[in-house]
Amino acid sequence: MHWLFEPGFFSSQPVRTAFVIGGVVAVVSAVVGVFTVLRGQSFAGHALTDVSTAGGSAAFLLGISPLLGFVGFGLLGAGTIDAIGTQRVKGRDLATGIVLGAATGLAALLLYYDTTNSATTGATQTILFGSIFTIDPSTIPIVIAFSVIAIGIIAVLYRPLLLASTSAELAAARGVPVRLVGLGFMAALAVAVGLSALAIGAILSTALLIGPAATALRLTNRTGVALIIAAVIGVAATWVGVLLAYDSYYWGSSRNGYPVSFFIVALAFVAYLASGLPVVRIVTNRRAEGRRVL
Amino acid sequence: MIADDQNRGASDPVDGEVLAVDGVSVALGGRQILDGVTFTVAAGEFTGLIGSNGAGKTTLLRVILGLQAPGAGQVRLGGRARGWRNRSIGYVPQKVLLDPDMPMRARDLVGLGLDGHRFGMPVPSAKRKALVDEMLSAVDAQRFADARVGALSGGEQQRVLIAHALICRPRLLLLDEPLANLDLRSGQEIIALLHRIAVAHRIAVLLSAHEMNTLLPVMDRVVYLADGRAAAGTTAQVIRTDVLSDLYGHPVEVLHVNGRILVVAGDADPGATHHDHSASGPGVHIG
Amino acid sequence: MFSSFMTNTWIVATIVAVIAGVVGFFVVLRGSAFPAHALPNSAFAGAAAANLLGISALIGLGAFAAVAAIAIATLGRRGRHDVATALTLVLGLALGALFLSRSVQYEAQLFSLLFGEVLGVSTTELLPVALLALASIAVIGVLYRPLLYSSVIPDIAEAKGVASHRMELAFLLVLAAATALTVPVVGALLIFSLMIGPPAAARALTSRPAAAIILSVIIALITVWTAIAISYQTNWPIGFFVGTLSAVAYALGRAWAAWRTTRTADQPTRPDITLATT
Repeated sequence: MHWLFEPGFFSSQPVRTAFVIGGVVAVVSAVVGVFTVLRGQSFAGHALTDVSTAGGSAAFLLGISPLLGFVGFGLLGAGTIDAIGTQRVKGRDLATGIVLGAATGLAALLLYYDTTNSATTGATQTILFGSIFTIDPSTIPIVIAFSVIAIGIIAVLYRPLLLASTSAELAAARGVPVRLVGLGFMAALAVAVGLSALAIGAILSTALLIGPAATALRLTNRTGVALIIAAVIGVAATWVGVLLAYDSYYWGSSRNGYPVSFFIVALAFVAYLASGLPVVRIVTNRRAEGRRVL
Repeated sequence: MIADDQNRGASDPVDGEVLAVDGVSVALGGRQILDGVTFTVAAGEFTGLIGSNGAGKTTLLRVILGLQAPGAGQVRLGGRARGWRNRSIGYVPQKVLLDPDMPMRARDLVGLGLDGHRFGMPVPSAKRKALVDEMLSAVDAQRFADARVGALSGGEQQRVLIAHALICRPRLLLLDEPLANLDLRSGQEIIALLHRIAVAHRIAVLLSAHEMNTLLPVMDRVVYLADGRAAAGTTAQVIRTDVLSDLYGHPVEVLHVNGRILVVAGDADPGATHHDHSASGPGVHIG
Repeated sequence: MFSSFMTNTWIVATIVAVIAGVVGFFVVLRGSAFPAHALPNSAFAGAAAANLLGISALIGLGAFAAVAAIAIATLGRRGRHDVATALTLVLGLALGALFLSRSVQYEAQLFSLLFGEVLGVSTTELLPVALLALASIAVIGVLYRPLLYSSVIPDIAEAKGVASHRMELAFLLVLAAATALTVPVVGALLIFSLMIGPPAAARALTSRPAAAIILSVIIALITVWTAIAISYQTNWPIGFFVGTLSAVAYALGRAWAAWRTTRTADQPTRPDITLATT
């Protein structure tokens, strides 16, 4: 079996850390992601990634904990988007775009100071693309703690959130505080995204948030089942991606591996495309027409 | 720019048949939405397409517009089979979401009805402006002609959309549930307006609704849709207990109360006639 | 700032503002903020690929942006549009990361590609950029009416023969072209805010579509020129000023619109109702 697992795979500390953190982040992203896709807030989910990253740059500059920067900025961004967004989707997306633009501009300034003041090379690359293999193992408990918070919020809000996400008018008629529930969800989203942006980088954060969730929702109409399928796909894509990235260092003569983000994103993308194939539709007994969950 | 006679062919006399729906059937997602629907609409006739939500009204309108291909049957416009992108129909859809921030005045929207489907940029001309003004005055919308169309009330937007539909001088005006989001007074105003236009310009109007009482004063004919099957004729011919029971496939009763028509679920047992309809629970209240 | 070697920059800045203002009008009209953000990110991968292959960055940017536009249009037809946009975006970024890992990328190069560079366009590239800009404006001119129609009342436009999915694809391809020629100056991560802020402000100021486009271009010009001027003086990245000034433009537009609606609401149009409430 050694052709699949290159030497040192199982004994490597970075790999073990990557598996644990990647797995945890994948599960949180999948759970929060299902509701993100249901609510049509994929743009907000991605925007918060970049906003969190700006926070990371700020934290780096100010010398404070990166987690504080990522999650703190994420919550701030989530609150701003919720406050200035309008009810209609078009207006919401424009407001999200403006917040994203302002935050990215700020990130540009902060990164500029990072690189000119502290003479660190490759800061842009690291902060934006991240690297799952260079995570400090001591951050595992904090990652798990914040993951529990994010999932906890979702668990507490589950029924009203589901109702508000599928039909806001019906939820309001049943007495659900739609606005408050939406705000609570944005908080969970900000925590989840801040966490994943810090741990696995901005690209993977959005990919694991949207990809597995969208795929799961194409395969089933039931939300509970979708949560499980999304988590499974997310973890599978992450672990296989880590494995392939590790192995890629041994491919060819030059010891220059391929980035793990590429493998995970590619796997998530392929899974999404596969879920749209006619044969899959027949197997899962989903009609082409009919109630559109997706 | 658009000649009055452009949409009238030689085989299309002014007083002839504007629309013929012939045995149209549509199946979607395993469900039979429409089943052998047949009726005609003559020039200047005001026809109500009545049916509850989900009865297939929107699908039927989409077939007439050429947006949905029927599994069986045919649609003829002015005697000719429905061609590709026939533009002789004025269409007012059910839900038109107009952003209140959108930079478009009511007159700009009406202008789009004239040439929005053509490539290039609109060339402003006195003739074009006069035509737009004419349409706006026909629907009583001059006072908000220069207002943002997204900021207008539901009734005002409806008028602008009707003007937009009329500017191409269609033979047929198609409206999908125009009364759905309007209060009673605005709805009555729109109905009166449509009737005026139908009579004055001999434009046929086909309008879908789930409640027919507002239309009773102006409706020439009715097409009643239930479970995909249709009964067409005058109100007296169609809105009858025997016709509708046959259409629904189970007993319904047509009641005339104070000049209004109520269609309620009848009894399975025809013997039990002592039913206080006002006190009984909700039946199949359709009309 | 106005020395001869900066002439290029001012010319390109003007072109960028005009394109962003015109295309941005439709971005805001259609609510396409997400695709406007996704295309430059995917285009970035093209620049990285071009760097690997040693060819012009403009070609790489254009090719990848066009492919991303087609991907969003195609996937968006069958599934959810925002999901298609998100996945295309991350795939583009991931490919960018892949290409970067294959070559030695200098920090400064990467930074300027993402956040803008005052001297982003060389003299040799000026002509292709200008031609591409002219072509994009021409295409918008030809598509103006059906695109406007399809963006405002898609159902009726569809009934009149204007296919929504074709307009969407055409629009995204024009957006791709606009992306390719504006990214080198404004940066991949910030160009989209130039396509949102100024047009959003313009539409608050006027209710006529043609006037809104012209105003959008003017506000974009002010934004870009100011960004370049201050960036030149402070050495801070252009992207920061573009992002911030666009947000300011958007905020002013929202404020003006809010003030406008309260002003008209104060005037009673139904005197009989006012009487009834006293």
